[in-house]
Amino acid sequence: MSDSLNQQTGGLSDNSETQITRRQTAVYVYEAPVRLWHWVTVFSVIVLCVTGFFIGRPLPTMPGEAIDNYLMGYIRFAHFTAGYIVTIGFIGRIYWAFVGNSHSRELFLPKLFSGKFWKEVGHELRWYFFLERVPKKYVGHNPLAQLAMFFFFVIGMTFMIVTGFALYSEGMGHGSWSDQLFGWIIPLFGQSQDVHTWHRLGMWFIIVFIMTHVYVAIREDIMSRQSLISTMVGGWRMFKDDRPD
Amino acid sequence: MSQIETFYEVMRRQGITRRSFLKYCSLTAAALGLGPTFAPRIAHAMETKERTPVIWLHGLECTCCSESFIRSAHPLVKDVVLSMISLDYDDTLMASAGHQAQDILYKTMEKYKGKYILAVEGNPPLNEDGMFCISGGKPFVEKLKYAAKDAAAIIAWGSCASWGCVQAARPNPTQAVPIHKVITDKPIIKVPGCPPIAEVMTGVITYMLTFGKMPELDRQGRPKMFYSQRIHDKCYRRPHFDAGQFVEEWDDEGARKGYCLYKVGCKGPTTYNACSTVRWNEGVSFPIQAGHGCIGCSEDGFWDKGSFYDRLTDIHQFGIESNADEIGTAVAGGVGAAIAGHAAISAIKRAQHKGDQE
Repeated sequence: MSDSLNQQTGGLSDNSETQITRRQTAVYVYEAPVRLWHWVTVFSVIVLCVTGFFIGRPLPTMPGEAIDNYLMGYIRFAHFTAGYIVTIGFIGRIYWAFVGNSHSRELFLPKLFSGKFWKEVGHELRWYFFLERVPKKYVGHNPLAQLAMFFFFVIGMTFMIVTGFALYSEGMGHGSWSDQLFGWIIPLFGQSQDVHTWHRLGMWFIIVFIMTHVYVAIREDIMSRQSLISTMVGGWRMFKDDRPD
Repeated sequence: MSQIETFYEVMRRQGITRRSFLKYCSLTAAALGLGPTFAPRIAHAMETKERTPVIWLHGLECTCCSESFIRSAHPLVKDVVLSMISLDYDDTLMASAGHQAQDILYKTMEKYKGKYILAVEGNPPLNEDGMFCISGGKPFVEKLKYAAKDAAAIIAWGSCASWGCVQAARPNPTQAVPIHKVITDKPIIKVPGCPPIAEVMTGVITYMLTFGKMPELDRQGRPKMFYSQRIHDKCYRRPHFDAGQFVEEWDDEGARKGYCLYKVGCKGPTTYNACSTVRWNEGVSFPIQAGHGCIGCSEDGFWDKGSFYDRLTDIHQFGIESNADEIGTAVAGGVGAAIAGHAAISAIKRAQHKGDQE
């Protein structure tokens, strides 16, 4: 798969004649664990946002006796379980960055010190401001997407996981694993209420990320020169044309 | 008097029977969460150990800690606890005043150099060279540093000494700071609360006397035995929280039924204290039991965390007073509008250039 990619890019620099003859339409980008992780994360984050919202702003009071109800308990259980799943998935995803293909590292390592990277970020920005007629082709994430994924998703998720388990440690108690690993977060922010507030802001940060992410994915799927949404389902990147770059 | 009296001797002298004394010991053991086997050990310590000299300073504060302390629920407290710790200097409680009182402070410090416990109620204001709190003709901060120099251990009574409390709330004109900002070379036990629970105060002292060491402290320097759990974790209204039954308005049916006060801003879920277990006034009640949410008085900066009646509290950094959800919906709304606009332009552009490409 990565061979076919090399063929393509290698072919580009030769001459225009070979490009036209070589049809390169699909590249395997997202390996099965990455795709699985993506959709598990999608599901868990939706659960986390919905349940988290109702933990901060509970639903209207339940009628009947306390013994017959356990709504808040179920909501919190769902939140904590989804939190565990998302965290384990995230750790697994980091592991996959080491053993997976080169695209599995894009999320974590944007090439911030490369001039070419920033030039292409500029190109992407111009594309989004309608100043470029034709977008560039990318097998993996484009540089702007890499930046966004790193700063919104990787940083955002890390923040939510760390603050989330710091809050979780409050219920687990002193000496619990989450207290030992993340308990120090609470005095760092001031006190528990501050961590709650920041965790809440983090939720909105993630929601804004999701909105942008989904919009851009749909838009690129329609307007760019490669497939987006189907790629995260099947793993193959389809290109819509055979022109270079 | 060559030797200071033991606690037991003092108690007996005060007319306390041995039976009451032993009751006190087992009660203290229970309060400290030590189990019944520790009652004899406490009794033994009380019978054999010399009273520990305590110097109690008052800085910028309201004396609510002292008020709480002298109401410690156990019947022996008035006579015993004050006597047993040999409270040598406390300008609020002592009979002497002026130079006489100052003299006692100096003498105690000299006599028990490196042995006395320094209990600090209130905190030092640092602005204008500490002129906002003058004690004995000098800024309190100087007195505090002076008394801390030879102390064995330091107890920070209340939220003032521990965190800063109301006098350190924004904008903190006197620049009041918690004592750990001024005393950096001594172990400090924080006993926060506004005021702390009386039994917690006496419990901390009793622990130190019994075991001759400081109680185990958490990351922020609070004794774990009283501050390791949130009010919420041991609240008797917790089942209503788990069931999703809340007081929505102060005069609704839920309030009458004693539902959870979470939605009306109870800070129990973010407050570490023993109110829901030890309670107040001889275990009679505590704020939540009285129908009002916890205001989080034992937490750092509780005055600056927005309304006592909101679950999601205000974030001042944003200039206007708004909470995380208001900020979040505003940002998400803005981004949503931007996306809609962008999508519209994208569609128009695409329509314009349809057929241009290849």
